[in-house]
Amino acid sequence: MALETLQRDGFLTARLDDVINWARKNSLWPMPMGISCCAIEMMATASPRFDISRFGSEVMRFTPRQCDVIIVAGTVTYKMAKVVRKIYDQMPDPKWVISMGACASSGGMFRSYSVVQGIDQFLPVDVFVAGCPPRPENLLHALIELQRKVAMERTVGSLIRREPLYLPERPGEKSGAAT
Amino acid sequence: MSARTSEESKKSQILAALEDQDTTVTMGDPLENDMVLNMGPQHPATHGVLRLLVRLDGETVKAVVPELGYLHRGYEKIAENSGYHEFIPHTDRLDYLSPLSNNVAYVLAVEKLLGTEVPERAQYIRVLCCEMARIASHLVATGSMAMDVGALTVLLWTFREREKLLDIYDVLCGARFTTSYARIGGLQQDWTPQCTEMLDHFLGEFPQDLEEVEQLLRANRIFIDRCEDVGYISREDAIGLGLTGPILRAAGVPRDLRRDSPYLVYNALDFEVITLSESDALARFYVRLAEMKESAKILRQALDRMPAGPIHAHEPKKVLPRKDRVYTRMEELIHDFMLINTGINPPVGEIYQGTESSKGELGFTIVSDGTGHPWRMKIRSPSMTNLSALPLMLKGGMISDIVAVIGSVDPVMGEADK
Amino acid sequence: MNQVITERLQARFPASVRGSEEFRNDLTVTVRTADLPAVAQFLKDDPTLAFDMLIDIVGVDRFREAERFEVNYTLYSLEHKKYLRLKVLVNEEDPTVPTLTGVWPGANWHERETFDMFGIKFAGHPDLRRLYMPEEFEYFPLRKDFPLMGIPDSLPLPRR
Repeated sequence: MALETLQRDGFLTARLDDVINWARKNSLWPMPMGISCCAIEMMATASPRFDISRFGSEVMRFTPRQCDVIIVAGTVTYKMAKVVRKIYDQMPDPKWVISMGACASSGGMFRSYSVVQGIDQFLPVDVFVAGCPPRPENLLHALIELQRKVAMERTVGSLIRREPLYLPERPGEKSGAAT
Repeated sequence: MSARTSEESKKSQILAALEDQDTTVTMGDPLENDMVLNMGPQHPATHGVLRLLVRLDGETVKAVVPELGYLHRGYEKIAENSGYHEFIPHTDRLDYLSPLSNNVAYVLAVEKLLGTEVPERAQYIRVLCCEMARIASHLVATGSMAMDVGALTVLLWTFREREKLLDIYDVLCGARFTTSYARIGGLQQDWTPQCTEMLDHFLGEFPQDLEEVEQLLRANRIFIDRCEDVGYISREDAIGLGLTGPILRAAGVPRDLRRDSPYLVYNALDFEVITLSESDALARFYVRLAEMKESAKILRQALDRMPAGPIHAHEPKKVLPRKDRVYTRMEELIHDFMLINTGINPPVGEIYQGTESSKGELGFTIVSDGTGHPWRMKIRSPSMTNLSALPLMLKGGMISDIVAVIGSVDPVMGEADK
Repeated sequence: MNQVITERLQARFPASVRGSEEFRNDLTVTVRTADLPAVAQFLKDDPTLAFDMLIDIVGVDRFREAERFEVNYTLYSLEHKKYLRLKVLVNEEDPTVPTLTGVWPGANWHERETFDMFGIKFAGHPDLRRLYMPEEFEYFPLRKDFPLMGIPDSLPLPRR
């Protein structure tokens, strides 16, 4: 229907939030924080067989200044946690975090003195991926979940009212302070 | 500060830079002194979380200090607190590019401690696993080194080959990547005809695909210029530092544990030990390429000669029994219960078992006190020793040589940091 | 070959060799800590032994009153294709061992790792600092009295 109006009238209308979210979610440039074994599965996701570039994420920039989503893939030790936090702080807004694998989500099979038991102790995580390591299809599913989460954001209203970003509970539902 | 000598203050500045601050090491006149560059733990070309502090004079490297420990997960402490069987999944994550060969290396060490000998079919299957793992690991090494130097296509092609091997692992072990396939006294499950068919198919296509990859790089002037005479280390230095694997063989020392202290059935198989003598990054690259072809030869021989028979050693008090018997027969149930609860209880003593993995000599020293947990387990990791050669190899080179040399050394930080 | 090694060592250093044992074809020779550099140099230079590669240094916490730690050196001879384990025992009050970086340069990082994990100091080492744990970490993780989960707040974590 939208295409018919486009053909007939020469323009189409949409909510500004939807257009912004559509652009954002289909071009999520990942920052591959590949630390250990999950990094190899992340490289396999970028390889021709599983092909993350069909989701717009082919550009794995290694500089955080140009990225939207940081994929923490691998065991984070206390020594490395400072570095991960620094990289996360260097990313510009809006940014999301995918915690890939059991080690990043909860410490995994390494219950020892030097492993942080879950990166959510120092990073706000959006999507957790289970698996040790998660299969590439699992990582792609996580990316799709993140895309659904990005689609639910409402940024324009908050920019006008100068409120912080918030996310509604279910798709389509307006949260308390909106309108 | 003024009371110290200038040498002391320079040394403490380097040590202060190691404490993860931003790279502003202020000296008297900034244009007069050398620059200390931090190739930090997060870097596209350091093959994992390796931190290099590089002292530069313009673009020439004067000294390099590697810093490890960003992936130190405490394996040895975990080993002291877990049973011998419980540690097998941990060994997958050591050299995570070739997990099957780590499984086999660990299980060989425990079997040496127990004094168990596995049946011949299991030994042939283990040889197949080790060689498949070697090919998979060398494919990534080749691809990463070429990608670091600039040839991106090679990485995508080698990953395509690796996917075929990972499919075989999927059918054989149940998991693509972290396989945990070897068991103490045998294997998890048997080799099936479907695996034979897949491996046959792979071996039919592999030489041609490898030839295509080599054709891209063999006469490529940029690749050769970037890698030739870069990262040289002399034969005496290599032996003194304890380097092993393709680095030692590219320096002219024909040491290969499969030939020198044979384990499994390698003494019955026919293969060559590839040795070159130039000892630069290009020589190591060619050693790895040639080793992949030798591994394909070994795979073909082992596949043709594999006998039929059992895959578990017959030692009920030490080897876990088959699951279908555990559910239906009394003795197996009791054995299973005792082995899981009290552990395998090997005799008191200490052993060392080394194997030739794709990076070098992977060895386990196990000190046993007679209970179900090891008293001490030390993992001799080849990547850590190979990384200690970096300061020697990089001295006097340029910055852009650093990535070529690291690619040729091929460290895996999961193994180097334990 | 194990026989030859033990005999030559006994003949050359009768006072230093404290014992030798063989288990599953692996030979372990225990020597006195003070004589370690001399024994190591002899093992490397003597043509019938020729142990020119140092494979590994393993520290062990025996958790006993006297001589709590032991340090094992795994050596390999390229010519004779043979392994040997050299062992020294160290006290807890003054855990010092002479360094072997003069004999095999590869001992450098292995000794740093043993220092990091156990606190055993190596006298004469050019650069003895921690290898794996951060510099300001105060404990020695592989000692038996250090818990597996670590000591709370011994390592800093960034704020959320």
